Amino acid sequence: MMNTQDLGGLLDTLCPMFLLVDEKGHIRQAGSTLQKLRPDVPLVGTDFLDVFELIRPRTVTTIPALMSMAGAKLHLKFHDEPRTALKGLVAPLPGGEGAVINLSFGISILDAVRDYALTSADFSGTDLAIELLYLVEAKSAAMEASRSLNLRLQGAMLAAEEQAYTDTLTGLKNRRAMDHMLGHLISSNSSFALMHLDLDFFKSVNDRLGHAAGDFVLQQAARIMVEETRGDDTVARVGGDEFVIIFKGLTREEILTSVADRLILRLNEPMVFQQQTCYVSASIGTAVSTQFGAPNAEELLHAADLALYQAKRDGRSCHRLYSRLSKAQP
Amino acid sequence: MHGLINRAIQSFVCATYGQSCWLRVTEAAELGFVEFEAMLGYDDDVSTRVMDMLSAELGRPKAEIQEDVGTYLVSHPNMEGLRRLLRFGGGSYVEFLHSLDDLSDRVRLAVSDLALPALELRELSTTEFQLFCDPGLFGYSSVMVGVLRAMADDYGALVMLSHDGEDETVDMISVTLVESAFAEGRHFDLGARAE
Repeated sequence: MMNTQDLGGLLDTLCPMFLLVDEKGHIRQAGSTLQKLRPDVPLVGTDFLDVFELIRPRTVTTIPALMSMAGAKLHLKFHDEPRTALKGLVAPLPGGEGAVINLSFGISILDAVRDYALTSADFSGTDLAIELLYLVEAKSAAMEASRSLNLRLQGAMLAAEEQAYTDTLTGLKNRRAMDHMLGHLISSNSSFALMHLDLDFFKSVNDRLGHAAGDFVLQQAARIMVEETRGDDTVARVGGDEFVIIFKGLTREEILTSVADRLILRLNEPMVFQQQTCYVSASIGTAVSTQFGAPNAEELLHAADLALYQAKRDGRSCHRLYSRLSKAQP
Repeated sequence: MHGLINRAIQSFVCATYGQSCWLRVTEAAELGFVEFEAMLGYDDDVSTRVMDMLSAELGRPKAEIQEDVGTYLVSHPNMEGLRRLLRFGGGSYVEFLHSLDDLSDRVRLAVSDLALPALELRELSTTEFQLFCDPGLFGYSSVMVGVLRAMADDYGALVMLSHDGEDETVDMISVTLVESAFAEGRHFDLGARAE
């Protein structure tokens, strides 16, 4: 039969984190890597339960109880700092002469190699620790590369959205497109009319029937506006329930009035969303570019705004021309 | 070809010859872009054009440039992460040489769609080795010459390398270990993290 010394040497080659304890739980031999974790305290001669605390199973607090755990997986920690978590396995020696307890790091290995400055020589040749560390680093590097690609793609997507001219909910043009179109018409000295349309009672649809109903109303309203205008007019959604329609080359107020009246009539019709009836109406204010000597976009939008507010003051669901306002400048 | 390989060449050119050189190369190669994405794939043809134009721009043969890429991958501070991954291969230069047999598998573990040709080390004596490179990636063996040389410095080993080029039917690098502990070498701390 092999003596304790020989057994220790053999175990240290195979599993350098082993402990050989006697039947009273005194540590008789300790693996070189395990000893490296507590360089100032020789493990040999101390009591196993003084050095390690059993985390699971908690009920094991005595040596006989520990000896009865043969083959089961143990979770332990050092009593003192750093309280590295360890996994353990007990293999009793024949004849009740104690046991071999083999320990390993488990997932705590990442911190352990750093805390204890371990090297590849501290692990047995068959241990997968080095491969695990390699994988963690390699995967982190690959993940980092993927993450940086994702960030760049996200940035590109935001930039593309920024540059987009379409309102994604309604398919109409957005405020950006409207600004662009206004700038273009003004700089090319074209004549045009600008209609500012606001949906009345939209907020109550949203509050009462929810955002899905609100979105539905906006989409229906957008469809009606596209149907009631010509192909080269610009219909834009410029705010939650605000729309601007630009009529290129059209400045005759009687035609604009009839278009506005048709829009109001159609938008007044109840819309049905999932068996719920939504009621909105439209208030519209219109300004015409030829009323201004040298029009600018801000001035025209403001003029259409004033007409819109007049329409609201006059009881909603109606159309007002800027030129007819008492305050209107010639 | 995998973006990581293209990206490595881009990184090498920018660090060694400057951004303006890289821009001239991408323009001459008619890429239509100037940045390779490490995690996307590209047509092989794109990489070939870049290497051709780089060779013309620098007036140096491709094999020489590829060898420098290999050295760059291991020794430049930009590439500390890669050096660390290679150092996981073993505690000594000879262990590292033996770990090259697993290199393509190790790479696939980290990046599943990056397929590198298999390498096979034959040990003629304790100081004489031959590294055989499978075909499939033009210039790979030249890059490996640079890697082997730089890793020798990293481990502090003195080696002699010879590579006859890729025209032969077998692509082989001879490694002669003159002294395994010739210089101090660079420190490798298992628990450190590359920045």
